[in-house]
Amino acid sequence: MLVPISWIKDYVDIDIPVELLAEKLTVAGLEVVHLKYIGLPQAEVPGVRMPRSDHLVWDREKLLLARIVEVKTHPNADKLVLAMVDYGGDELEQCVTGASNLFEYKGQGEINPPIWGAFAMEGARVWDGHSDKPRLMTLKGKELRGIYNKSMVCSEKELGISDEHEGVIILDHEERYVAGAPLADILGDVVFDIEFTPNLARCFSMIGVAREVAAILGVEMRYPSFEFVAGGGPIEEQVKIDIREPELNPRFTLTLLRDTEVKPSPFWMRHRLRLIGQRPRNNIVDVTNYITFELGQPLHAFDYDKLLDRAGGPPTIITRLPEAGERLETLDGLARDLGVETILVADTAGALAIGGVMGGGETEISESTRNVLLEAAAWNNISVRKTIKEQRIHTEASARFSRGVHPSQSILGSSRGIELMRQLGGGTVAAGVVDAYPLRPETVTVAVPIERINALLGMDIEIDQAVDALRRLEFETRVSDDVIHATAPDHRLDISPDPVVGRADLLEEIARMLGYDRIPETIMADEMPPQRENTSVFIEERVRDILVGLGLYEVINYRFTNRETEAMLVPDGLPSSLPDAEYVEIVNPSASERNVLRHTLMANMLETAANNARYQKTQQLFEIGKVYLQRNAVLPEESMRLGILLTGARDQPTWRIGDAGDALDFYDLKGVIESLLGALHIDDFSYERATHSSFHPGRSANLLLRRVQVGAFGEIHPQVGQRFRLTDSKVFYAELEVAPLLRYQQRLHKIEPLLTTPAILEDIALIVDADVAANEVERVIRQAGGRLLKDVTLFDIYTGDPIPPGKKSLAYSLTYQDPERTLTDKNAARARKKIVGAARRRLRAELRS
Amino acid sequence: MSQTVEVLRHQALDKLDKTTDSDELAQWRSRYLGRKGAVGALFGTIGKLPKEERAAFGQQVNALQSELQKAFEEREQLIREQLLAQDLEEGEIDITLPAYPRQMGGLHPATRTHREFQTIWAEMGFQVYQSHDVEEDDFNFTLLNLPPHHPARDMQDTFYTTNPRVLLRTHTSPGQIRAMRELGEGGSKPIRVILPGMCYRQEQVTARSEIQFTQVEGLAIGRNIRMSDLKGTISEFAKRMFNTNAKVRYRASYFPFTEPSMEVDIECFLCDGEGCRVCKYTGWLEIAGSGMVHPTVLRNGGYDPSVWSGFAFGMGPERITMLKHGIQDIRYFWGNDLRFLKQF
Ligand SMILES: [Zn+2]
Repeated sequence: MLVPISWIKDYVDIDIPVELLAEKLTVAGLEVVHLKYIGLPQAEVPGVRMPRSDHLVWDREKLLLARIVEVKTHPNADKLVLAMVDYGGDELEQCVTGASNLFEYKGQGEINPPIWGAFAMEGARVWDGHSDKPRLMTLKGKELRGIYNKSMVCSEKELGISDEHEGVIILDHEERYVAGAPLADILGDVVFDIEFTPNLARCFSMIGVAREVAAILGVEMRYPSFEFVAGGGPIEEQVKIDIREPELNPRFTLTLLRDTEVKPSPFWMRHRLRLIGQRPRNNIVDVTNYITFELGQPLHAFDYDKLLDRAGGPPTIITRLPEAGERLETLDGLARDLGVETILVADTAGALAIGGVMGGGETEISESTRNVLLEAAAWNNISVRKTIKEQRIHTEASARFSRGVHPSQSILGSSRGIELMRQLGGGTVAAGVVDAYPLRPETVTVAVPIERINALLGMDIEIDQAVDALRRLEFETRVSDDVIHATAPDHRLDISPDPVVGRADLLEEIARMLGYDRIPETIMADEMPPQRENTSVFIEERVRDILVGLGLYEVINYRFTNRETEAMLVPDGLPSSLPDAEYVEIVNPSASERNVLRHTLMANMLETAANNARYQKTQQLFEIGKVYLQRNAVLPEESMRLGILLTGARDQPTWRIGDAGDALDFYDLKGVIESLLGALHIDDFSYERATHSSFHPGRSANLLLRRVQVGAFGEIHPQVGQRFRLTDSKVFYAELEVAPLLRYQQRLHKIEPLLTTPAILEDIALIVDADVAANEVERVIRQAGGRLLKDVTLFDIYTGDPIPPGKKSLAYSLTYQDPERTLTDKNAARARKKIVGAARRRLRAELRS
Repeated sequence: MSQTVEVLRHQALDKLDKTTDSDELAQWRSRYLGRKGAVGALFGTIGKLPKEERAAFGQQVNALQSELQKAFEEREQLIREQLLAQDLEEGEIDITLPAYPRQMGGLHPATRTHREFQTIWAEMGFQVYQSHDVEEDDFNFTLLNLPPHHPARDMQDTFYTTNPRVLLRTHTSPGQIRAMRELGEGGSKPIRVILPGMCYRQEQVTARSEIQFTQVEGLAIGRNIRMSDLKGTISEFAKRMFNTNAKVRYRASYFPFTEPSMEVDIECFLCDGEGCRVCKYTGWLEIAGSGMVHPTVLRNGGYDPSVWSGFAFGMGPERITMLKHGIQDIRYFWGNDLRFLKQF
């Protein structure tokens, strides 16, 4: 909300710089997000930082309040006039101007009652009114169609008040005006832009902000008069109220003004409305807006004669729920279907307005309105919230009612509103107010011991300090036995009658008024809870570290996807290997391609790889993240998964090798997995050929820990790769459950002693059938080699001449070592003989010579 | 001296002087001093000499062998020194050639920041409590003092699922209720946890807003938890997280699940509070929302709010990472562009 400081000063005296006030409001919870300076200089206040403002500061010597005494015809130009201006100098100044709103005074002699303008003297700096971009200029003397001119009367745009440049500023006469007074003293202002959190409904007006200012500064609030001058007959004879749903409409008040004139509002009203971003319309509508902003009590004005017509006599205003299928054309010209819970303002002939939200078109104020019936009511905030959601209407009224306006404000709004209307438009106010108030909110009194306040604040304040804080906020207080009994003022709906919650409400108010900066900083002295280790966090972090150490980059993907994308993981004609569960489906997705939560990391990982492929040929990525499997429970199973993706070249290109060398393959991925398992000291693992539809059937495997499958890995099925635009190089992917890694890791593994006896190394090459699995050969070698065979490493696989077709040669280097003694060549030869023998017998292997 | 010995001596020393590297030295050695070398051959001839000449000749050959051995060692030493000098003199490489890159991996920046958080909070006795991403409406809102149609529900644009009771959590706060109920043992035990995790909001994805983001929430419950403890704890965190003694400012604010509530700002560490683009020239950076746990929330967690109190706070790690590294676009986080990830 925009809050001009000049307006706030109507209600409270402020003797600190606006910058400091902005800081104090912000710290007290009314966040001032911007200060707009109008003509006044920005002050430097120690300890307060503000963005530097580049506004025009009005020169107090050269920008002055001036009386426009007379408007004369320009001898050579129809579109220009000569404004004769009294700026306090010895003679009248003649300003050549094209301001359209001065033409009505042309050739009428001295203007009476007087009007006033903003006068800029030669040498004054103002904004260039004709420039589209903000540009400052300095006034210089020059001829305008044959008449010398060196000064001017200014528009709002030229002074930086608004973009208005149709005419110049014309102020209505006020007794306090003196020609030649610095303009800064009259129109200079600072407009605060304040953001309110939902608990600050009571602040959503000038008076609401002023109350906070008064409380913070510890000064008295100066309320406007809520009396009105009545001259007409009693209003009860002219209109009645019938509230049918007190829960939704706890109070409804009406006042009536007869024989008024609808016309433009005076300058002060138009100026204030424009400062807060509202467009002035006419005096009646302007007053409803003005009171909405001044008091936070929205008003609605009806053309009383139209109501008389509809009712065929004095109308009865009825507030009620809609009838089936009822519609209403609102002020914005839309014919609206009304929801069953929408509270309406109606008369006997039908609906007139949506309560607290928007009026209807038929009974609105027009140029010809003479008699005005003014509504000030209270509406249930939840009901208004539902309506604005349903109807998608956002008005200044609904913004306030949806946050909550205390019913006590209705009578203040109708009284002050009708009086202002009378002052601006003339006429006679009917005596009294029709006030239907079927549901009064209970008065809330909360008791809080000072000891509890101090215990919660961590302070040691006197009871008087707490009482003073509450009184400044207009609480009524009574103290007995170190307990404060505080009664909330009648503009507040946010103090809870629940004794414990109400205490928290008071505590907050006391803390705000003391200032949060005065609360000390302490170390918790309270009992420490039992410390628990969160092992799942530990394992996730450990896995991350291991994989990063292996050269992989961690990614974090959206946990959203869509069914079609995950379906792309299943090649045509194959059964899906994706989890057998329902999706968690979002009913209001931000984009249709993100309308379910994922069942697998695979699609996200492939998309990420595809996105990166333009810039990165080689990618080694992993993600640890959840998948969401909706089964029979209310909430889905949230299962933590590890996805690993490798694609591209094993080594990075260098000037030595020339190019990137070999492509990454299945065994690189297997190496990552085994390194991970090794680092976690998981040694009971095995593989089996995978039957997962998303992988190449011949180049994929399942990983088993303790013979239970925990995931699959291998080369992504070529058709899947294609669908994800990953065709440049093969993609290798693994997806594992994280929980079993946690379960099977060994954190107390034994460390092998370091052997000091020498080892004997030798090589052996075996020729076996091409389809014999490598791990089979190794197992035979290890079993036959026995205790002394410390290590077996495959270092070559060879097929082709001179190896016979259908055969392959596997070359191993073998390490023999005895922990106790030095081995001899004889020992090694014996072991070797056993190995060769076993290989012959069990694998039909030949020794390659 | 025997003619033969003298000839061989001259020849050998002459050849030795001509050797220039270790290969030639080795050749020389095997030719003259090796098992089948020339000196050895001379020993072989001793037996063929007349008996009386044998001793003298043997002595001469022995002397020759010693002399040649000594000369060899000197020559070897000389050549080694020459080669070293030459290598130092001439063995220069172009040190400006590009390095051979090593394969490095890296943690996602969100993980890095989370670890910093977890480490600091662990030192203050706060342990990690993990909760669901997909939550019941009750836990995300109602039990946190946000009943249906509460105005603050509008502050959070929620992703709803096909089950009207189930939504994607909009904040980590529902974990507060779960932690209280699980760890509080019927409202009888103190609690000190942080709740990190992914949260979701229905927004337009732009440089400044994302549909998923991580949050770290903290919760301390006890019989004697004070607002001053909240301030002391958060200030200590800020000191450690941002490595500064920067000022911390506490502003009154509003969260339905805390009262009193406050926003925490720290003096901008990019401009030392002088005002810069990042802090929008205010000199302050917002780093956390916090407050005393609302009595209703304590009650819903199983505690008696007239006896127990607590504080809670929530922070956005992505925002803090962005501030620390001058990242302009929040979409970088889940965009996973390796060019971004490799910069950490
Ligand atoms: Zn800054």
